[in-house]
Amino acid sequence: MQTSPTHAPLGERGAQIEAHWQVLARGRRRYTILSLAVLFVALTGSLWFANDSNSGKFIDRLPHLFDFVEMLVPRDGMEIWRALFDLPSPYFDGSLQYDYPDGRYYITQSLYIPEYFYKMAETLNIALASTIIGFFFGSILSFLAARNMMKNVWIRGPVRRFMEILRAFPEIVLAGFFLAILSLGPIPAMIAVSIHTIGALGKLFFEVIENADMRPDEGLKAAGASWIERVWFAMVPQVMPNFVSYFLLRLEINVRASTIIGAVGGGGIGEQLRLSITRGHEAKTLAIVFLLLMTIIAVDQLSAWLRRKLVGDQAFRPVV
Amino acid sequence: MQSLSATDLNAVAARHPHLLTPSFWSRFRIPVILTSGILYLAFCSWLFSVPQVMSSANWNIAGSYLADWVSYEERPTIAIRDDATMKVEFSRFDPIGPNPNPDWLQAKRETITRTITTPAPATAAGAAASTFSFMAPAPSSATATATAATTETVSEEVVTHAVVQMNPEATIEVAPPGVTVTRSGETLAISLGRDSVQASGPLPSWATQRAPGEKIVVAFGFSGWAEVRSDAVIVHKRYLGWPGFLFDIDSPYFGKPLSEVLTLIRSDERLDPAQSNLSLAINNILYNPSWQHLDVWTKLFQTIVMAFVGTLFASIIAFPLSFIAARNITLNRPVNQLTKRFFDFLRSVDMLIWALFFTRAFGPGPLAGISAIFFTDTGTLGKLYSEALENIDDKQREGIKSVGAPPLAVQRFGVLPQVLPVFASQALYFWESNTRSATIIGAVGAGGIGLKLWEAMRTNTNWKNVAYMVILILIVVFIFDAISNALRSRLIGKRNH
Repeated sequence: MQTSPTHAPLGERGAQIEAHWQVLARGRRRYTILSLAVLFVALTGSLWFANDSNSGKFIDRLPHLFDFVEMLVPRDGMEIWRALFDLPSPYFDGSLQYDYPDGRYYITQSLYIPEYFYKMAETLNIALASTIIGFFFGSILSFLAARNMMKNVWIRGPVRRFMEILRAFPEIVLAGFFLAILSLGPIPAMIAVSIHTIGALGKLFFEVIENADMRPDEGLKAAGASWIERVWFAMVPQVMPNFVSYFLLRLEINVRASTIIGAVGGGGIGEQLRLSITRGHEAKTLAIVFLLLMTIIAVDQLSAWLRRKLVGDQAFRPVV
Repeated sequence: MQSLSATDLNAVAARHPHLLTPSFWSRFRIPVILTSGILYLAFCSWLFSVPQVMSSANWNIAGSYLADWVSYEERPTIAIRDDATMKVEFSRFDPIGPNPNPDWLQAKRETITRTITTPAPATAAGAAASTFSFMAPAPSSATATATAATTETVSEEVVTHAVVQMNPEATIEVAPPGVTVTRSGETLAISLGRDSVQASGPLPSWATQRAPGEKIVVAFGFSGWAEVRSDAVIVHKRYLGWPGFLFDIDSPYFGKPLSEVLTLIRSDERLDPAQSNLSLAINNILYNPSWQHLDVWTKLFQTIVMAFVGTLFASIIAFPLSFIAARNITLNRPVNQLTKRFFDFLRSVDMLIWALFFTRAFGPGPLAGISAIFFTDTGTLGKLYSEALENIDDKQREGIKSVGAPPLAVQRFGVLPQVLPVFASQALYFWESNTRSATIIGAVGAGGIGLKLWEAMRTNTNWKNVAYMVILILIVVFIFDAISNALRSRLIGKRNH
């Protein structure tokens, strides 16, 4: 950095300040360089470790990265639509790759739901139902965990720890455990996503409650209202818009989560996607990816629109 | 303050009825929303046939799976032979080793002379599966065995009477041809026939028998259960704890108390001539066959590395792109929109899809996980960063511009100081949350502990390994949570989260 062009001689005090500033700046620069070096070493070590423990090496596999993209090219463009809407394929040879009409779910003799639409609806239902369950239990727990509504630390503390565990517990273990008991199907996925949602929403909710205006609550307390009445008449009307906004945000996340859980054995569109990718069915894969992309974008847009209506731009402040 | 009289009040109310009577929606929205929520959940429970699945689920298994998380079973088989002699056998895989002599199993041993029928070599393969039935062959196969078998008389030590103490209040006394089970004062006497098991009275609530003559299962709550068959009593005695957590039964340190292990490690006399006692102990712990500590830790470290590298690269790439996407920095609407739609694309093609794609491209392993996290988070962070940039205070930028600074300096001194803490804080937040999601994408083959966890669960017998991994994951998640929270509150102040 340039100093001012005219170097007027510094007085005694000025020299002291200058020297002090120099020391501070040097210390700061040293810290910056040191932390960048630590970050660099950690990154290099991590990359080496990741590459070393991967089954294919990065450099070896890089030229083959686009082989896979080539494998995704369908035999003709219309195949994707046929796979998406379960129309018969001209390439049908008895194999699983082109058996699009087999997956139809018939409602009447001639009217059917295409397989992937049905599975997508299943995944959406898992997400919506578990978000509702999570909303219900999360909102109950959050009032017990908020500092301003629950003065008793012996209730507040355990409830918070409980929600932390629900939040941090790996979803895949919950899904796997219930899969072992309930056998295959969407219910294990639903339970796993619900449990995680209770913890996640509960945390966001009690932070909303702690930031709420306490004057209505004080008024009700002065009039001798019970705890439930204070929650219902003082808190719920204030926090409900934010609660619903977080509910919608969580719905977006849960659509993705239930797709992933589906892929590891919970049914729905995730399982179909994993199967078609591992079997190398290009048209089916593209159809599912397209459907998934459209659904996720639609859910995101819908929820963003509703949230903006509910709480305004505040809903888009990043959760940090 | 002027107050209205009742008549005035009514007159005003009559003039503006819509102000004083709430609309239908605001009066009934809570019951309507509640009802539709309940109806929807009922619909889902019909769609996924929840009641059927719940009723057909095996809840007893759920209990024993849950108990398996924190406990283990010792399973001696008390084989009862035809001449009323018995043999106590522990499985080779039993957590307390193949030849223990536990004090809860009191066996009276005697040396007697008995006749053993050894099957001929031709039938030996078939006989291996059940040694006892061949000594008392069923009538149909009697002739075949009798001609082929050789008979010899040996003198050996056998068990003639065994008492298993399941817990202070419950015992199983095996004295062929009878078994007596006692639990909290109740006694069940069972007589063993050649091929049938008969209880000498009505079965108490803790004993079950599917059909008359079949095996009887007696349960003792958490202490375990036992199966009484006509030719054997199989005991499952449950203990709290993780057996062989440090040293497996194959290790020379197995079953020794800590003080003895420490003495052994310090002593110069080598257990294994090839290496020192300390390195033997470390080796035995790391390569413990049932807990696989080293493998679990490596996989967990992979998960952490996946989240770290993925998020770091994502924030490095999202950083310049977000300047292009921000409306107020790059004054070119088509370019802004294009970059933002690109972020949306990366975000919306889910982490799962990226994980599956890259698993195919790089092969299973952390590279696929890193790439998946990198692609998804470039989209998410890019979106958040560009939103943060669009919300900055313009005064600093204008001040720098007004003194004639070049465009790069305007960004460096006018924009960066405002947004850098927010950027770093968001990257940290995603690093922390990715540590959690990296577990899941690992299960589809993208590296890390996910796959190991999933495999341990699929066997349905390794629940204690699952518990071990879950505890490790929880510890890692909580530590990272604390680190990221501490760093973030230093970056952006305590109020903001």
